[in-house]
Amino acid sequence: MFRFRGTDEINWRKLLASGMIEIDPELCKDCKLCISVCPHRLIASSDRMNQKGYYPAFFVERGLKKEGRKCTGCSLCAIACPEIAIEVYRA
Amino acid sequence: MRGNHVVAESAVRAGCRFYFGYPITPQNEVPEYMSERLSKVEGGVFIQAESEVASIHMVIGASMAGGRVMTSSSGPGFSLKQEGISFLSALELPAVIVNMSRGGPGLGNIAPAQSDYFQATRGGGHGDYRDIVLAPNSCQELADLTYRAFDLADKYRTPVIILGDGMLGQMMEPVELPPEVQLKKLPHKDWTLTGAKGRPSRFLRSLLLDPFEEEEHNWKLMRKYERITKEEVRLEISFADDAKLMVVAFGIAARIAKGAIKRMRDEGLKVGLIRPISLWPFPYKAIHELTKKIRHFFVFEMNMGQMLEDVKLALEGNGEVHFYGRPGGIILTPLEISRVISSYYYQKKIG
Amino acid sequence: MILMKKVFCRPKSLKKTPFHYCPGCGHSLLHRIIGEVIDEMNLQERIIGIPPAGCAVLAYFYFDIDMGEASHGRGAALATGMKRALPDRVIFTYQGDGDIAAIGTAETIHAASRGENISTIFVNNGVYGMTGGQMAPTTILGQSTTTSPGGRKERRDGLPINLSEMLAVAKGSAYIERTAVNSPANILKTKRAIAKAFRVQIEGYGFSLVEVLSPCPTNWKMEPVDACKWINDVMAVHFPLGVLKDVTGDRKDAH
Repeated sequence: MFRFRGTDEINWRKLLASGMIEIDPELCKDCKLCISVCPHRLIASSDRMNQKGYYPAFFVERGLKKEGRKCTGCSLCAIACPEIAIEVYRA
Repeated sequence: MRGNHVVAESAVRAGCRFYFGYPITPQNEVPEYMSERLSKVEGGVFIQAESEVASIHMVIGASMAGGRVMTSSSGPGFSLKQEGISFLSALELPAVIVNMSRGGPGLGNIAPAQSDYFQATRGGGHGDYRDIVLAPNSCQELADLTYRAFDLADKYRTPVIILGDGMLGQMMEPVELPPEVQLKKLPHKDWTLTGAKGRPSRFLRSLLLDPFEEEEHNWKLMRKYERITKEEVRLEISFADDAKLMVVAFGIAARIAKGAIKRMRDEGLKVGLIRPISLWPFPYKAIHELTKKIRHFFVFEMNMGQMLEDVKLALEGNGEVHFYGRPGGIILTPLEISRVISSYYYQKKIG
Repeated sequence: MILMKKVFCRPKSLKKTPFHYCPGCGHSLLHRIIGEVIDEMNLQERIIGIPPAGCAVLAYFYFDIDMGEASHGRGAALATGMKRALPDRVIFTYQGDGDIAAIGTAETIHAASRGENISTIFVNNGVYGMTGGQMAPTTILGQSTTTSPGGRKERRDGLPINLSEMLAVAKGSAYIERTAVNSPANILKTKRAIAKAFRVQIEGYGFSLVEVLSPCPTNWKMEPVDACKWINDVMAVHFPLGVLKDVTGDRKDAH
């Protein structure tokens, strides 16, 4: 058990990290609730304004391949989002 | 049969299956009768609500669902219903609302009066709307007009008010009741809220934040009211052929006036009677027509001068109007009112 | 590439219209939650909703179901008339704290006492939101609003109303629960509670109500994240979360 702990951690991470989210920047009102609930801090506020004048949230792992991502697709962000601006995918 | 019972029975025969009311004298017999009658008819729903406010809103709910609905009350309760009546008119929902008027204002008394005329015919609640107002003057008319009210309400998608009074509600007369309507044969309503099965969802609302939309909605209501004004005026004219003085009265006052006029005719006075049965739409045209031959009009109401204003509007300045009113629930006898009219007749040297 | 399955998206019974509500508003969350429940319980064709007078007065622009407007506070009376006319549909009202606990208290208490088979979703945000943040029956002592400057004071403004506790006493009420939407965990609990309320109605137990503590960041003058925290730290102390009444007796929904 002790000998394999290092390897076990990495395997679990790889297995769970099969998620991805898409945030619609035009629906987002920058309430920051998604940012506050993401367990891996994978969402941040953009510095580009959307059409309504908000600085919408964005997925920091956007564009990253699966191997580099930490997102597990837990959906806490989507559940917390009032605007239904987030869609969640899992492999 | 008692007037209040006639209203209730006639309503059920017209297909009314939903009644929501509240006790208030002098119409308590209506909810009492309905509680018994609707429990025996299939799909009948009776609720004694917690207030007149609650009952008018239950009417709105059941009307949205497509049912034939009725509520009844008297003066103070009718005031409570005004917001609901404004909503019914704005939402274009059919409903029948019965007012057995009593002395007022305030708590007033339980004697019959006609002081709710303005409230009924001028809208009563907030906003620009008019409801059909029918004024029966006998138990038979209570039966016929209540029955007709449900068809009018459905046809025009508008509330219909039956403006009675405490005396009509309590008096007992023989009545011929109308036949039972077959609910299945009633025309289908394609605007009701029943759950969006097999069709797109819809909503009924009166909030129109865009002033252009609200304006258009008001014009739409006005166009409907014009149609109703063209087709639903009801009145009765008696003894008009050689009359030199026309008494104008509605409801129970007209009944009393008729007795007085018969008396006066026996004594040779040339008096006639105009009895509007639809208080809205008011028979402006018919009364105006009479001014071609007749110059003198005597308005008699059990209030301080409400229908008087409509009569003056109808006359458009032709002829003379005299008013005699008794508010507070005083009921004159035909003899008493005949004396008042006669003395005016002679004083003015009519005929 | 790798095949990904979408595990979270907009409910079918909500129209695609973006919400007009403020950032972080509880209404947006509740609309989505109710939409999910309607989808999962397959109620879209047999449910009728009654929106309030308040920020959510335009709810019919968001829900793709039949909806009928009520005047301020009268939702329970409308729902009563509607349910009696259509007993096999699911009728729910959606009311704010002023709507249900000020002007509509009589209608609500009587509908509950009569045991009307309707469900009420009571959105409690402690203020009159749409009209600009005036004091409501559920404003707590010390809370500053536009009509309780300096904070609600007992002598001048009276004490707040715990309507759910009152309704739990009403003999006809079958299921009363208070939840919140200030965290994903609470959001999921609210969803379960609303689903249960609809089930209670369908199975004919009587009156059901879910009170939802909901943030109003604009009128509370807080950031949405802080508003959610305030619900936990302050509001839930005066309005404790949990099941207040449940006559159905099923244990599996007990949190």
